[in-house]
Amino acid sequence: MTATEIRPTTDALLKTEAPKKPANMGQILRWMLLFLGGVAMVMPIAYMISTSLKWPHEVYNLKLIPDEPHIENYTYVLEDGRFYWWFVNSMIIAVITTICNVIFDSLVGYTLCKFRFPGRYIVFIAILSTLMIPTEMLVIPWYLMSQQFGWLDTYWGIMFPGLMTAFGTFLMKQFFETVPDDFIEAARIDGLNELQIWWTVAMPLVKPALAALAIFVFLGNWTAFIWPLIVTNSVEMYTLPVGLSSFGDEADVAWELIMTGAAISTIPTLIVFLIFQRYIIQGVVMAGLKG
Amino acid sequence: MADLAIRNLVKRYDKTEVLHGISLDVEDGEFVVFVGPSGCGKSTTLRLIAGLEDATGGEIAIGGRVVNNLEPKDRDIAMVFQNYAIYPHMTVRKNIGFGLRTAKMSKADKDARIDEVAGILGMTDLLARKPSQLSGGQRQRVAIGRAMVRDPAVFLFDEPLSNLDAQLRTQMRLEIKKLHQRVGNTIIFVTHDQVEAMTMADRIVIMRDGHIQQVGTPAEVYHKPANTFVARFIGAPSMNMLSGMVENGALRMASGATLDLGAGLPEGREITIGVRPEDLHPGDGPALVRGPVTVREPLGHETLIYVGAEGQEVIAKADGRTPPNVGEVVTLTAAVDTLHVFDAATGDALR
Repeated sequence: MTATEIRPTTDALLKTEAPKKPANMGQILRWMLLFLGGVAMVMPIAYMISTSLKWPHEVYNLKLIPDEPHIENYTYVLEDGRFYWWFVNSMIIAVITTICNVIFDSLVGYTLCKFRFPGRYIVFIAILSTLMIPTEMLVIPWYLMSQQFGWLDTYWGIMFPGLMTAFGTFLMKQFFETVPDDFIEAARIDGLNELQIWWTVAMPLVKPALAALAIFVFLGNWTAFIWPLIVTNSVEMYTLPVGLSSFGDEADVAWELIMTGAAISTIPTLIVFLIFQRYIIQGVVMAGLKG
Repeated sequence: MADLAIRNLVKRYDKTEVLHGISLDVEDGEFVVFVGPSGCGKSTTLRLIAGLEDATGGEIAIGGRVVNNLEPKDRDIAMVFQNYAIYPHMTVRKNIGFGLRTAKMSKADKDARIDEVAGILGMTDLLARKPSQLSGGQRQRVAIGRAMVRDPAVFLFDEPLSNLDAQLRTQMRLEIKKLHQRVGNTIIFVTHDQVEAMTMADRIVIMRDGHIQQVGTPAEVYHKPANTFVARFIGAPSMNMLSGMVENGALRMASGATLDLGAGLPEGREITIGVRPEDLHPGDGPALVRGPVTVREPLGHETLIYVGAEGQEVIAKADGRTPPNVGEVVTLTAAVDTLHVFDAATGDALR
């Protein structure tokens, strides 16, 4: 920053001297709505953490601050071998699925966006139309397929439906539209083949979209419940959400343990978000173009 | 370095033909500028030469080798784009070196080559920067550097200056011209700005609607335009066009004046007379135009005057100190040898 930027301008001086406008009703209403929204967002998380610090007999008491807060639940969950399995399973599945989505969705999106070939539009519409089919409808075909191929109770069985998504393809295609053809043509003249152009030129230019896609896919798979529940049988193959739901027995659900596991399981999602959010915030595409 | 030959080049998009069989020879080391209004086919021609699009018909040869079926990278060309197309995620060094990625050179040789090019362009201090930290002119120089680094047979420039402000454009114009004098590669430069064309080119190719209108040196296209289109397109302000008729071997102007243009004019034919504003001025000679001054544009050393006559506005140059007033009726005249004569029907030059 240069010295001239630090010096206050006349406008700024005038502004500080001007009397503060009283907040009007509209603004107060807006703040209240936002506050209520914020509370609605934070309360479940607050209760999750609160419950994870309670003894079993306190769980159904709705007090936010436990009478006798303790961390026994955490030691129990972390010392329970199953939790590690589930955590590792979820991690492997979420990471591999995220990597596959980033690569495959962007490859298909790039192709649909930057190449002119017969049937391009039909392919695009076909991919988009799969967005309109709810997962619940697909679960049974997926299950039958997994059964026939022997994929039940395997990582592959859990992952295969989500290795490529129509939403990701659509997102990437739309983002590649913002990459000017000049970049791609310049690289073509410089002697790169199409795969190199995609990887070294186009992909770095859509980093914000890749980051968004990575967050969506990671979160989606980290928290996925229905399909992993259906396709896994053995406790060792459970993912974290499936495993957590199995805490306790038929007679009594151990909510304090489930909440403890849930609280721990939010940590990776927070880390993923913190890593990728800066790419979302910085828009890099236009910097190489006319100034 | 190499020469470039285009033979009957045709480009069709579906059923629309945008290039109608153009032919052109560019000599080794020549600086050729394609100029014309938008949609005239100049950029298409450049893209065909680059190999970014396939020709529908005809032949393109670079250095005697027909390149129609070669990939862009195998054509020994480099291109500078209007939007520069320098990669925002790479430093200047990487951007300039990008063209060498596929070259079979050692890393040291590549670095030496990048440094050499950066030196020529005066960018040695900027090599570590990212494009976002550069000004428009510097980015343009990076784009030129990336093209230069491969030492191609032919440089292709696609309106590279049109995103720069007026002052920078003038400066870059000069730099590109100096660069050409220094490296001597063949350059094909596309622009819609006739001033750029005039100032930079060894030869200008003027295009319109997918046809070449005229090929010539800047002086030729300025002083001997092949038709009314070229005459109007080259030169600013544009050439004035007046109508007249050949009667008894002399030219009878709509203003009533009669001009003796010498022999060789077709009797009874309608003629368009072209006269550049700088050749047309208030005076006592034969009246080409007579009418009131509608607008004055003082430029200091001279004044442009707009004179309304015969339903059109004619631009002339008057003395800067004592120009005629607005509303004053003036008689505009020009020396006979500065007049351009065109066939009114075809627009082609008659002499």
